[in-house]
Amino acid sequence: MEIPYTITARPDTGLWNAKIGIWLFLASEVMLFGGLFSAYVFLRIGADAANPWPHGLLNVPIGTFNTIVLISSSMTMVMAWASLKMRKFAQYKIYMGVTILCAMTFLCIKGYEYNDKFHHYGVFLKNGQVITGHLEENTPESLTILPDIHHAGKHFWPETQHGAPIEIKKSDIRRWSNFTPKYSPFFAIYFTLTGLHGLHVFAGMCVNIYFWMPGSKLYRTNPEHLANRVEVSGLFWHFVDLVWIFLFPVLYLL
Amino acid sequence: MSDPHSHDVSKDVSRYLLVFAALLVGTVVTVAASYIPFRSSGVNIAVALCIATIKATLVAAIFMHLSAEKWTIYRFLILTVVFVIGLFSLTALAFSDHIHR
Repeated sequence: MEIPYTITARPDTGLWNAKIGIWLFLASEVMLFGGLFSAYVFLRIGADAANPWPHGLLNVPIGTFNTIVLISSSMTMVMAWASLKMRKFAQYKIYMGVTILCAMTFLCIKGYEYNDKFHHYGVFLKNGQVITGHLEENTPESLTILPDIHHAGKHFWPETQHGAPIEIKKSDIRRWSNFTPKYSPFFAIYFTLTGLHGLHVFAGMCVNIYFWMPGSKLYRTNPEHLANRVEVSGLFWHFVDLVWIFLFPVLYLL
Repeated sequence: MSDPHSHDVSKDVSRYLLVFAALLVGTVVTVAASYIPFRSSGVNIAVALCIATIKATLVAAIFMHLSAEKWTIYRFLILTVVFVIGLFSLTALAFSDHIHR
């Protein structure tokens, strides 16, 4: 059975079907991310003097670089579509290839950032003090931490050096963990938002790989249909970029 | 170039590159502005969100072709915006609950 209105517009909507479909899907995605952004606002406004909202925990230079990678991929994605519309297939392959490469780079960098957080610890003492740093030793009686050197101001500071190791008795500890969702509301919403966003990047990358390799055969028989398919994939990809445009300042800078 | 669409798109290519440059500049300005000590952190938040909104509008209008889209799509999006505002309002309502806070 042939799918109708893949190239020509449906008379009642004035659009080809896949475009209607992707925009309805994106509308549902706006609600999904909107709900989580609303949760972020809720948590942030709820922070008080006893549990202040943390600043400077994420690596700004790396986050900025990843933002540039994603913006670049958005540009190459639209250029890939434009190349198909101009019937420049070789150019399409290059732009789509670069888009996929950018997606892989973004995910690798995000993985590096996650790994860094999983190896960073925070210890909440019974006297109210919080010590953050890298775990040197964990025995049944005590923890040894290489503490972070905290700098004045709320901005991110690269960890170039640690203080002298501190041994903390477990009887003095209220709770301790690495920088995972259970550590604080900030990391809970950080991992939820960036994890969901990362899944979207991965899904978009898989679709783009399909249109780059096996799916591109369609060009020989129906180039306009392939251009429309890539436009749909591109609309999703730009949406993923658009979400990151808000995630980056909200999580890394503010 | 026998295809009827190809001419229109080739004219848009320079526009895509211009938007790309604007997005890069916007990113640099966002990072730089976050290091400026404004009167309150609220100003920092407002500035960053304003720049992000401008960047998002550029992506939506030019890369996603919303600047020249059919009304059917606009109708979907208007409804979406209404529901998102509703969603955020629910969050705001939680802060007027003085009994359980």
